[in-house]
Amino acid sequence: MDELTSVFVQESREQLADMEAGLLRLEQDPQDADNINAIFRAAHTIKGASGVIECGFIESFTHKVENILDKLRNGEITVSGNLATLLLECCDHMGHLIDVLEAGQPAPSPEVTAQAEALGVRLDAQLAAASGTEVQQGADAGSVPVEHESPVEVSGGGVVITDGWLISVRFGPNVLRGGMDPLSFLRYLSSLGEILGIETLPDAMPEAEDMDPESCYLGFEIHFQTRASKADIERVFDFVQDECELRILPPNSKLSEYLKHIEELPEDTMRLGEILVRCGALTQAELDEALRLQHDSTCQHQEDSQGEDAHPQQLGEILVEQKVVQKALVDAAVGKQTQVSEKKAKESRMIRVQADKLDQLIDLVGELVIAGASTNLLANRSGQSDLVEATSILSRLVEDIRDSALQLRMVQIGETFNRFQRVVRDVAKELEKNIELQVSGGETELDKSVVEKIGDPLTHLVRNSMDHGIEAAEIRLARGKPAHGTLGLNAYHDSGSIVIEVSDDGGGLKKDRILAKAIEKGLVQSGHNLTDQEIVNLIFEPGFSTMEKVSNLSGRGVGMDVVRRNIMALRGSVEIDSRPGLGTTMRIRLPLTLAIIDGFLVGVDKGAYVIPLDTVVECIELKDQPDSRHYLNLRGEVLPFVRLREAFNIEGDIPPRENVVVVQYAGQKAGIVVDQLMGEFQTVIKPLGNLFKHLKGIGGSTILGSGEVALILDVQALIQRCASADELRMRNSNRLLGATNLN
Amino acid sequence: MPNRQRITLQEDLTIYHALEQKGRLLDALNQADEVELDLSQVSEMDTAGLQLLILLKREAQKAGKQAIIVAHSQAVRSVIDFCNLAAYLGDPLVIPAQEAH
Repeated sequence: MDELTSVFVQESREQLADMEAGLLRLEQDPQDADNINAIFRAAHTIKGASGVIECGFIESFTHKVENILDKLRNGEITVSGNLATLLLECCDHMGHLIDVLEAGQPAPSPEVTAQAEALGVRLDAQLAAASGTEVQQGADAGSVPVEHESPVEVSGGGVVITDGWLISVRFGPNVLRGGMDPLSFLRYLSSLGEILGIETLPDAMPEAEDMDPESCYLGFEIHFQTRASKADIERVFDFVQDECELRILPPNSKLSEYLKHIEELPEDTMRLGEILVRCGALTQAELDEALRLQHDSTCQHQEDSQGEDAHPQQLGEILVEQKVVQKALVDAAVGKQTQVSEKKAKESRMIRVQADKLDQLIDLVGELVIAGASTNLLANRSGQSDLVEATSILSRLVEDIRDSALQLRMVQIGETFNRFQRVVRDVAKELEKNIELQVSGGETELDKSVVEKIGDPLTHLVRNSMDHGIEAAEIRLARGKPAHGTLGLNAYHDSGSIVIEVSDDGGGLKKDRILAKAIEKGLVQSGHNLTDQEIVNLIFEPGFSTMEKVSNLSGRGVGMDVVRRNIMALRGSVEIDSRPGLGTTMRIRLPLTLAIIDGFLVGVDKGAYVIPLDTVVECIELKDQPDSRHYLNLRGEVLPFVRLREAFNIEGDIPPRENVVVVQYAGQKAGIVVDQLMGEFQTVIKPLGNLFKHLKGIGGSTILGSGEVALILDVQALIQRCASADELRMRNSNRLLGATNLN
Repeated sequence: MPNRQRITLQEDLTIYHALEQKGRLLDALNQADEVELDLSQVSEMDTAGLQLLILLKREAQKAGKQAIIVAHSQAVRSVIDFCNLAAYLGDPLVIPAQEAH
C-alpha cells in the first residue's frame, strides 16, 4: 500500500467516525443544520479523497450516500428513524470498503458488492420518495450558484456578470514527486460541477536546460460552475494544499477582486487578463473596465501625493487602503472559510507519530532509567558529594523524561466510550428496550496499548448488562422504575490503577439462580456455603450462563470467562457489585501503564523484590510476633499478612528485626513481611518468560542498578493468597470445633 | 532539404519516464530541423507528460524549428482536450466520430 493510500485509509476512518457520531446526534436532534452539514462534509471528503486515489468502488458508493445527505441538507427530506439506521449501515459499509482497500484487494468480494447494491437500492428508494415533489426545484438548482454576494456599496467597479467560479491554481514543483497528478485533481473537480472553460498556463516552466521533467510547472485558470461551496472546492485540493497556490473567486465577485487576482498572480497582467476572458470568467468589456480602473486610481493617487516622493502605489495596496478588499473578501467567504481555517489550525497542533517509534522511545527511556540507577549506585558508593549531587539532578531529569514519555502514550478513554453510543443504540433496538447511555470520566487517561485491548471486554460487559441486566419496560414500570433503562460508563483513577465501571439500573444478579446453575453444571458442590461475592464471581467461570433463552447478544456462556481472562492478561482485575432490584456495577481495574512503574525495593535474605509503590500504604516494624500467627493489630484493625520468606520458601536465618509493608489493593489491605526496606526505585518492567506464566505472586522482573535481577511482586495475588489462607484456617478451626462438638 | 526525425514513443508519457523522454526529445530537436512525434502507442499521459509536450513545442518555436505531434492516442487526446491545449500545441487532432460532441 503506498503512502497516499495509507493516509487516505487513516483519514477516512476518522471522517467515518465523525460521520457516525454525527448520525447518532442526528437522531436526537434532527433539526441541527450544523450537524447535518458536518455529516455531509465527512461523506464528501471521503468521496473526494477516494476519487483522488482512484478508488472507484468507494467513490461510487459514497456518491450515493452523499446524494441522500445533500437532500437532507437542503431540507428536501426529513430525518426518520429508518433513514438514520440506513445511513448508519452505509457508514459501516464504507468502513468495510476501506478495509478492502487497506487489505490491498483490487475490488470488494461478491458479498460486499451485493451488500452495497442492497444498500444502494434502499438509498434510491429514499431518494425516489423524496424526489417526487422536488423535480422543479432540482431542475432549477443546477444553474443556481450557491453563494450570492450582496450588492456592493463601495467603489471598485461593477459586479462581474457571470454565474461561475473562478478557480486559479498554480501547482508547486514537488507535487509530481509526491505521487500526485494535478490532472486527477482537476478531473475530480469536474465531478463536482461543470468546467466551463479551462486554460493551462505553462509560463512558469524554465529554460529547457533548467527544466526538471519531474517537477510540476503548470498552472490552471478554470471557469467553473457548481452548486458546491467554496469549502468543497478547496477540499478538492486538500491533498496538495501545502504544495499549491489556490485562489477561488466566487460567482458574481466584484470586478476589483478579479483585478486583484490578476495583479497577484505571477504571470503578466495583460496576458492573464486575456486568459480570463478566454476561459469565460470575464468579458472583454469587464477587463477593459478593470484595467481602466487600475490606471485611474494609480494616477489619482499620484496626484494626491504630489510633493512627496511619490512612487506609483501597487493596486493591491490601494484596494486595501480603500477598505475594498477586506470587506469584499470577508463578505465572500465568511462562515465557511473561518470554519475551514479553524479546523486546519487545530490539525496543525497535532502530530501523527507511528506507534512503534513511540514504543522505541519508551524502550530507550527504560534503558536510561536502568543506566541511571546504576550510575546513582556507583556515585553513592564513591562517597563524593559533588558526584552524588550531580547524579541526583540527573536522576530527577530522567524521572521527568520518563513521565513525559509515558504521557505521550496516554490517551483519553472518552473516544473509546463514545464508540459505545452506537453499540448501545443498535443493541437497544435489537432488544426492543429503551436504553440510554451515560458516559462520565471520559477525560481519564490511560495507556494506549491498554485502551486498544480493553475495547472487546468492555463491549461484552456492555452487551451483557443491556441483555441480562436491564429488564423489559413492563417489568421496570411494575417495579416502579422509569421505563427507559440507563447504562453508565465511568472511569477514574484510583491508587495507580484506572477503574472502568459499567453499571446498569437493572434487576441485579439473581444469586439463587446463579448458584442453582453452578450446582447443575458441577462448578460447585451443593451444600457448600458460599459468600455472596463468591456466588456472583461464578459468572466468570468458563461455560456459565443462566439465560434460559440464548439470545443473539449474550447468553452463550462463552463471554464472561474470556472477559476475565483478557483483563487478567492486562494485569487487571474485574469485580462485580450487584444489588438486587437496583442494578449491577462491573468494575474493571487496570494498571495505568504497562512499561515503567515507581517501585518500592525490599529485601529478603539476599534477594531483592519490588512492590509497586502505588499500592504501598505504610511500613511498620514487626515486633514480638509469634511465628504461627498471620495477622496483627494495626491501630485496632486486623491486618492479615504474608511472610515473603514462607511464601517463596526462602532459606536463611530470620533477622532480629522484620518489617511489614502495608499494601492496599482494590480496597483490601494486607501486610507483606520482609527483612529489609531499601527504598524507592524506578522500575522498568521486564516480562517473565512463558515458562513462568503460571507463577503466582510474581508479576515480572526488573534489573537493578547493580545489574542484579529483582522480582516484582504481584500485590493482588499476594493479597488474595492472604485472604484465602485466612479463610482456610477459619474453616479448619471451625471443623475442629465441629469435631469436638461431636465428641 | 530540412532533415527530419521521427520519434515513436513506446512508453507512457508519465512521470516515470519523464527524465529519459525529456533528454530524448530535446536531443532529437537539436539534431534535426523537424521532429515528428508519434504518440499512437502512448496509453497514459499525466501532467509530467503534458509538460514535456509543451516544452518540446516551446523549444522548437524558439529555435525556429518544427515539432509536430502526430497520431495522438486516445489518452493523449483526452488530456489535451481536457486542458484546452489543442490550440496552443497547434497540431491537427483527429477526433473520431463517436467522440465528437
